[in-house]
Amino acid sequence: MIPAAFDYYRPTKVEDVIALLEEHGDDARVMAGGHSLIPMMKLRMADIPHLIDLQDVSGLGGISIEGGRIKLGAMVTQHELINHDGLAAAAPILRETALQIADPQVRYMGTIGGNVANGDPGNDMPGLMQCLDAQIELIGPGGTRSVAARDYYEAAYMTDRADDEVLISVSFAVPTGGYAYEKQKRKIGDYATAAAAVQINKNGGQIASASIAMTNLSDVPVWSESAGAALVGTGCDANAVKAAAAAMLGDIDPSEDNRGPVAFKRHVAGIILSRAINRAWERA
Amino acid sequence: MNDMTPERDERAANLKGLGCSRKRVEDARFTQGKGNYVDDIKLPGMLHGDFVRSPYAHARVVSVDKEAALALPGVVAVLTAEDLAPLGLHWMPTLAGDKQMVLADGKVLFQGQEVAFVVAEDRYIAADAVELVEVEYEELPVLTDPFEALKSDVVLREDLAGQTEGAHGPRKHHNHIFTWEQGDETGTNQVIDNADVVATESMYYHRTHPCPLETCGAVASMDAVNGKLTIYGTFQAPHAVRTVVSLISGIEEHNIRVVSPDIGGGFGNKVGVYPGYVCSVVASIVTGRPVKWVEDRMENLMSTAFARDYWMTGKISATKEGKITGLHCQVTADHGGFDACADPTKFPAGFMNICTGSYDIPTAYLSVDGVYTNKAPGGVSYRCSFRVTEAVYFIERMIEVLAIEMDMDAADLRRINFIKKEQFPYQSALGWEYDSGDYHRAWDKVMEAVDYKGLRKEQAERVEAFKRGETRTLMGIGLCHFTEIVGAGPVKNCDILGLGMFDSCEIRIHPTGSAIARLGTISQGQGHATTFAQILATEIGLPADSITIEEGDTDTAPYGLGTYGSRSTPVAGAATAMAGRKIRAKAQMIAAYLLEVHDNDVEFDVDRFVVKGAPERFKTMKEIAFASYNQAIPGLEPGLEAVSYYDPPNMTYPFGAYVCVMDIDVDTGVPEVRRFYALDDCGTRINPMIIEGQIHGGLTEALAVALGQEIAYDEQGNVKTGTLMDFFLPTAWEVPNYETDHTVTPSPHHPIGAKGVGESPHVGGVPCFSNAVHDAFRPFGLRQTNMPHDHWRIWQTANRLGLHD
Ligand SMILES: Cc1cc2nc3c(=O)[nH]c(=O)nc-3n(C[C@H](O)[C@H](O)[C@H](O)COP(=O)(O)OP(=O)(O)OC[C@H]3O[C@@H](n4cnc5c(N)ncnc54)[C@H](O)[C@@H]3O)c2cc1C
Repeated sequence: MIPAAFDYYRPTKVEDVIALLEEHGDDARVMAGGHSLIPMMKLRMADIPHLIDLQDVSGLGGISIEGGRIKLGAMVTQHELINHDGLAAAAPILRETALQIADPQVRYMGTIGGNVANGDPGNDMPGLMQCLDAQIELIGPGGTRSVAARDYYEAAYMTDRADDEVLISVSFAVPTGGYAYEKQKRKIGDYATAAAAVQINKNGGQIASASIAMTNLSDVPVWSESAGAALVGTGCDANAVKAAAAAMLGDIDPSEDNRGPVAFKRHVAGIILSRAINRAWERA
Repeated sequence: MNDMTPERDERAANLKGLGCSRKRVEDARFTQGKGNYVDDIKLPGMLHGDFVRSPYAHARVVSVDKEAALALPGVVAVLTAEDLAPLGLHWMPTLAGDKQMVLADGKVLFQGQEVAFVVAEDRYIAADAVELVEVEYEELPVLTDPFEALKSDVVLREDLAGQTEGAHGPRKHHNHIFTWEQGDETGTNQVIDNADVVATESMYYHRTHPCPLETCGAVASMDAVNGKLTIYGTFQAPHAVRTVVSLISGIEEHNIRVVSPDIGGGFGNKVGVYPGYVCSVVASIVTGRPVKWVEDRMENLMSTAFARDYWMTGKISATKEGKITGLHCQVTADHGGFDACADPTKFPAGFMNICTGSYDIPTAYLSVDGVYTNKAPGGVSYRCSFRVTEAVYFIERMIEVLAIEMDMDAADLRRINFIKKEQFPYQSALGWEYDSGDYHRAWDKVMEAVDYKGLRKEQAERVEAFKRGETRTLMGIGLCHFTEIVGAGPVKNCDILGLGMFDSCEIRIHPTGSAIARLGTISQGQGHATTFAQILATEIGLPADSITIEEGDTDTAPYGLGTYGSRSTPVAGAATAMAGRKIRAKAQMIAAYLLEVHDNDVEFDVDRFVVKGAPERFKTMKEIAFASYNQAIPGLEPGLEAVSYYDPPNMTYPFGAYVCVMDIDVDTGVPEVRRFYALDDCGTRINPMIIEGQIHGGLTEALAVALGQEIAYDEQGNVKTGTLMDFFLPTAWEVPNYETDHTVTPSPHHPIGAKGVGESPHVGGVPCFSNAVHDAFRPFGLRQTNMPHDHWRIWQTANRLGLHD
């Protein structure tokens, strides 16, 4: 558990970060909270000769709720997400999700930007960002650009972000209606066996719109458009929930690991999603 | 005189002796980060060692190229088996009569095996150099299943080729280690063949690991000038380590000092000798500088001694009324690449022959076969006396299976078969003499406390509701009545490497009435500095707060066999009381002299000797202590000291009755412990608060083992559970509320009647949690499903029983 040697940089400006990334290419990596990156370095699964700490870089923090949109700076920690009252009122699903990530010690350090940028299928925020249809803002040598969370993930640890780009924020419309983040894990500090993010809008006793995303059931987060569609127009009765779960099962592709075999994961995914839908419906 | 006047009560309370929930004196330093663990030790000029380990479970080591590593600035040495061979240290003896490679000698037998030892100026350089050592391997077929190993042509231990006789008798196959038989095979078979009822079941007690918070490590320092070797290490038995090091290195024992500083948990993991210890010593001798080696978490889980890995098949017979008549137990024990069990020499399967449990079983037979496979070596007692967890799990499952077979309530079945109070001392069919017990009293107390009948009623209603589709949660009631065997042990039948398993205490009383006592044991969190002072306080009448307890330094402590198998209180605790009594005997003579009466005219009273019939005439122990240093007493040597080496006449047999109420989500496989009631009888209770703490800790490790904690391998012998992400170590979040209770049945042969308690909750807890899972599915036809009962395995059980649509 001793990492290989590395040079450590602590710039204060985003431009300097980009310059370092350009200079060192694949040999450089930014570090936010370090709680995904440092374990990889200690296991020597990641060898990073040039480590660029983002802690002192200005302009990467802050939570803003304005004009119907919520914007989270990349360096906002999970702890800050949990403790921001305005956010808890505007988008309670963020607190519900963040509280199910690891433990307080990890949450003091782990950031939304790191969680979203990392590309580990076990991370909870990517699925949630897809559920909320978030935009991910990146800055690189050529300026800033925005990409939808639903288009961002390519494969495990492979994202749309170029090596010399930095994630600066995520933003999304203030969600409306009922919500739920449901996660099954083996213990505190474990990644999901299966997790589901659900937002539901209700109109006249029926579901007007629904957004559903699943975590750790594929090599990328899975936004299941068909699962959401199966709910629309129903009164969220048992059959509708079943249909949504069945549709979702068509979109996921879990693999066997110590959490269990594929059949178990698929079964649990259906159960977890059903529970999340029912809870979101109750809150809608 | 002896009525308990308030004044006398107060004097007794001031001593904080037996029965007092005295706060742990160790905790001030631990909670303030002032502990002194092996990794805190920094010696001038100290070097750091790190291992090159095998990525393969079975391979020939074709070559080891050190060149690139040696070229890295700061690397001092790279040791391989070739370097150790001239010293005869490339192999070392194990505690189980086998030998183990210190560094790979031509081949490796498990993933993570030590291949080369890199020594460098700092820990980081050592880790970098490990990557630079180039080892060429030639992969060999891997055997991870002991049953296949016994059939396979693949020879794992080529060093033993042709040896048909092992340390414990004949070897039946080249991958076979021993067969150990106890009891009456023919008689047992006859009873079972002719019985009214027979239940048969096979079960696997999976491989797990003690996983102490502090991993293993050592700092070795060879002083080339005076020839003295000092080893600081995570040793549960420092004296035994000193003797072993002397025997294998040839260094005279007086020139070796072994120190166990603070130890962050052991649970059996730190009893054995590991290659890291040997390599640090050799590296210090070779370089002339102190060398530190501390393994990381993954190394600890992959390469140091595991626990369990027992495949057990049982047959239990009974009369129509449910009276058990016979028990047959056959075990296949997977020991990994080397037999590195830590058991008393004559017990290659530990005290597995306690597997008749708390029951009066007239006839029994046990047979255990040890087998080599391509897994890490070990087979240590993880928070239990030697193989007692396995034994208790076996019998407590067999009782449940018999209850199913007979369509009986498992609590009733236990009650019919308990050994009765008046049968103690009880001779078991497999050779033990249980010292004392009152099982019916304990059991009935617990059944009433949890309202057992009410629970069964609720459970039956739940099953009906489940069948009607009104709930997806089942309810399990886990029962367990365990009897442990701890306190090894009588020297006549218990030794480790020929060292009798006595223990010791040496006391010095200082002139001003305080004292230091040193013992042959070593606390790893059990609170010895607190409790042993309490034993002494009551024995010698000085306040526990005025008594320092010191352990772990072989230059100062008297010889002892260390701490494991719940032996500290039964053996060293007894030595402490006996040494205290020697102090008291001399104090009596001093008091009589000072009071100018005959020795027999004074009697001990809490903290003083009083003249019989004249309580106003007394000398306190404090006064006596001073007198021993300043009075010339005819016929008595000055000073007040004593030492006792205690060889216990028997083991002690703590017991307990546990109930676990569990709710199981059939769809997700998630279990939730709703209630856990633990009644323990450990004889005389020295410190109820420490007992409570031990019970909570042991139950939590039991919960871990029963519900998820395992060392799993894939077919290539790769460890799948090498980090705490996958190896289940519960946090406060996963731990239920425990309700504790007790009865007191003192040990008749122990000087203060104490039996030891640290391991009971683990031994009794594992079957209790497991039985709860089984019990939830019993109405749907489940007989046996193996641990660990993690989410997916519980789900799979429900699935196989057709409980998912
Ligand atoms: C014991 C434990 C349990 C955990 N359990 C969970 C869990 O259940 N669910 C969960 O979601 N997470 C879990 N985590 C991960 C934790 O939430 C991480 O902190 C988080 O995933 C990454 O955030 P970070 O700020 O620590 O990122 P870092 O570790 O610093 O970085 C992660 C990756 O993202 C890149 N990166 C970081 N910030 C940026 C940026 N602004 N722009 C571009 N790239 C960037 C880094 O280069 C790196 O590759 C756990 C971690 C631990 C240690």
